[in-house]
Amino acid sequence: MATAERLKLEHIVKEYPGCRANDGVQLTVNAGEIHALLGENGAGKSTLMKIIYGVIQPDAGSITWNGHPLTLQGPAHARELGIGMVFQHFSLFETLTVAENIALSLPADQARDRRKLEQRISEVSEHYGMALDPRRYVNTLSIGERQRVEIVRCLIQESSLLILDEPTSVLTPQEVETLFRTLRQLSHEGCSILFISHKLQEVRDLCHRATVLRQGRVTGECNPAEVSTDDMARMMVGNETPLSTRVEPRTPGEVLLNVSHLNYRTSDPFGTSLQDLCMSLRAGEIVGIAGVAGNGQDELLRALSGEALVSNDSITLSGVAIGQAKPGLRRRLGVAVVPEERLGRGAVPSMSLVDNSLLTAYGEGMVNKGWVALNKVRDYASRIVDAFGVRTASIDSHATSLSGGNLQKFIIGREAMQQPKLLVASHPTWGVDVGSAVAIHEALVRLRDEGAAVLLISEDLDELFQLCGRMGAICAGRLSPLVNTSDLTIEQLGQWMAGDFPSAAPSEVSHAVA
Amino acid sequence: MLSLERRAVDSRAMQWASPLLALVLTIITGMGIFMALGKDPVEGLTFFFLTPLSDTHGWAELGLKMAPLLLCAAGLTICYRAKLWNIGAEGHFLMGALWASVVALQLGGQSGPWVLPLVLIAGIVAGAVWALLAGLLKTQFHCNEILTTIMLNYIALNLLLYAVHGPLKDPYGFGFPQSEMFAAAALLPKLIPDTRLHIGLLFGLLAAVAVGVLFARTFIGFQLKVLGQDERAAAFAGFPAKRLTLLAFILAGGLAGLAGASEVTGPLGQLVPQVSPGYGYTAIIVVFLGRMQAVGIVLAAALLALTFMGGEMLQIAMALPKAITGLFQGLLLFYLLTCDAFIHYRIRIRRAPKAVAGEA
Repeated sequence: MATAERLKLEHIVKEYPGCRANDGVQLTVNAGEIHALLGENGAGKSTLMKIIYGVIQPDAGSITWNGHPLTLQGPAHARELGIGMVFQHFSLFETLTVAENIALSLPADQARDRRKLEQRISEVSEHYGMALDPRRYVNTLSIGERQRVEIVRCLIQESSLLILDEPTSVLTPQEVETLFRTLRQLSHEGCSILFISHKLQEVRDLCHRATVLRQGRVTGECNPAEVSTDDMARMMVGNETPLSTRVEPRTPGEVLLNVSHLNYRTSDPFGTSLQDLCMSLRAGEIVGIAGVAGNGQDELLRALSGEALVSNDSITLSGVAIGQAKPGLRRRLGVAVVPEERLGRGAVPSMSLVDNSLLTAYGEGMVNKGWVALNKVRDYASRIVDAFGVRTASIDSHATSLSGGNLQKFIIGREAMQQPKLLVASHPTWGVDVGSAVAIHEALVRLRDEGAAVLLISEDLDELFQLCGRMGAICAGRLSPLVNTSDLTIEQLGQWMAGDFPSAAPSEVSHAVA
Repeated sequence: MLSLERRAVDSRAMQWASPLLALVLTIITGMGIFMALGKDPVEGLTFFFLTPLSDTHGWAELGLKMAPLLLCAAGLTICYRAKLWNIGAEGHFLMGALWASVVALQLGGQSGPWVLPLVLIAGIVAGAVWALLAGLLKTQFHCNEILTTIMLNYIALNLLLYAVHGPLKDPYGFGFPQSEMFAAAALLPKLIPDTRLHIGLLFGLLAAVAVGVLFARTFIGFQLKVLGQDERAAAFAGFPAKRLTLLAFILAGGLAGLAGASEVTGPLGQLVPQVSPGYGYTAIIVVFLGRMQAVGIVLAAALLALTFMGGEMLQIAMALPKAITGLFQGLLLFYLLTCDAFIHYRIRIRRAPKAVAGEA
């Protein structure tokens, strides 16, 4: 492997109002190296990436590219130099073909000859084992295929440094394997890869070196193959926080929630309709639903929360049909919900924690004949903050002023303290720091131990395997069988996430009910 | 190089400094306009802001003009807190005035303590129904309320003109488009004898306080606020968005309708085409200038009431056109919206970015 320094960053500083996103960051990426950039959300990874790709200018520090000092004028300049980037949220036009999308980012002379371009795309994608038809429309592609388009786009521009921002978060385990093969091949051919992630096992499997960021500073550099994931996690989170929760198994009680043949047609053109979903949840168990984002998770949550109304009998809670019940009534019957979006659904951004307590906990004696009992609301808010370790200046702080993890602890606390029979939580630890994630997991387990049924919808397979007694996957609005986690292999789950399961499994459901 | 930069936290100081700053800028610009017109700016400002308040009569007139502004502004505050951009207070006001007049004239010579309440209720109901129209168009057909309320304002005005030129026209009025004078039982009691100030001002102050309490203490007020700030959170919490929307429109319409009714049963005593000098529109400025808070709205209503009086005074004293009132009101709103940007943003003077270790 060549050891020439391809990219070198020194003393990079970038300051935003109220926070120093990068504070003297050093980073060297060698030619042909797969280099991991590790860190929790908010550690400064995105800022650093944007600096390397020329989106923003650093306040101070120097960038050296192939031995030459450099000031990036913008992303176009970066592309010209051979720096390619695959964002977490793809920037593709859905109504154009693969070739058209790629042509848009090329200089005019290369884009003009469409036939030649299509040929190049086929060649490149074949060479790297990423099957791709240049004439297909992007809206017909799976998420994994769209990612390939982004990668091929960078390769056609002859990038010698490829930046990938959490590329595996949208992929099934099998797709991850394919991607890694491609990346290893690229690295062999001398292309450097900057791999941004917080999934430690992946980093160990793939990367040659890792740079760890915490609060804008480099806290460590290591060879991931030689250190344990726990050691890397320590560098990411510091010494104070526990790394994971221990979950004791528990025997569940009677059936609380029963979903039978749930159909829901969404009116959202980008949504996914639910087809014939069947499942049941018992008191004192956590059931997990895995799945790649956008496969009906949000629709399922809305159908359960009452934001979307469905056929009355398709959802029952303790035998009461609630499919047509509005969210307020469902709350009174004991349903609590933690939606995926913390700000702008789970909490009102511009309102204080006090007001945000009232938002869903108003049934806890806070409203008397239309008058708000302000002292009770304040009391409830401070109890959440104390019991769930929410770090905030005060209960009068706006929801926006809290970090993602702290706001999520607050929302989980608000829902858990209503002592629900059923808690539905969607991606509760997405973008949350490790310390908060542990606290959130503990809260879910505590609810389970108190006899609630918990439905955990998540993309984080580690989380699901750790917490859930039973689990399955959702794909294209259909639900796989739910089986005991101990009987489930990750390969099996991966197939289910890709939609490879028999449609509707009434036998499994009746079995679970009995 | 100057650049606008988003503040990490909205500025609380600027929240209240902005209206004052806007007022100062308005006055400075006003002086410039006086000079451009060849008038003495200090004299002009004195006539505009001070002379109208030089005696008890002036203060009473101020209260008189505050009454409709307060009622309309209180109602609009309910809508605006829920981010329902109701521009229709003028229309609600005119319908209130029209139907209060219809009832007052129908009851004719009747006397009794129930006449006046009936007349006022007619105004409230008429305003509320007119606003409900726009509300229903929004909730049922997703019509933009800004457009529908503005259009309904013109419909209301033409209905009123039709009434004073037709069915309600005083047969002994020498052909003037105006109604008969109302009977004494249909008139609002005076607040201060020998002035035109009537108890409508109390309605207005009461409305401002009530709206303050609504948003500070009640669950309905909280739901309206959530609806305005985050529709998805309101849906998530299960707040009834449609019903809340209709309620906000009904309350705004009822209050503006009461303002219209108070105007015809108060200083006018009859229905005339010029029943409103644009109170319903000016109330929009009052709401924003008053920061949607009870105290702020009362102060802002006083200031805007003064612009009506100042405009009249300049017409008399300096022979300036009546448009001067609208000019000052417009300037004030313009500067206010400009200054409000600094609640969320601040100006930063940026030096050219430091060179990053030479050029490539």
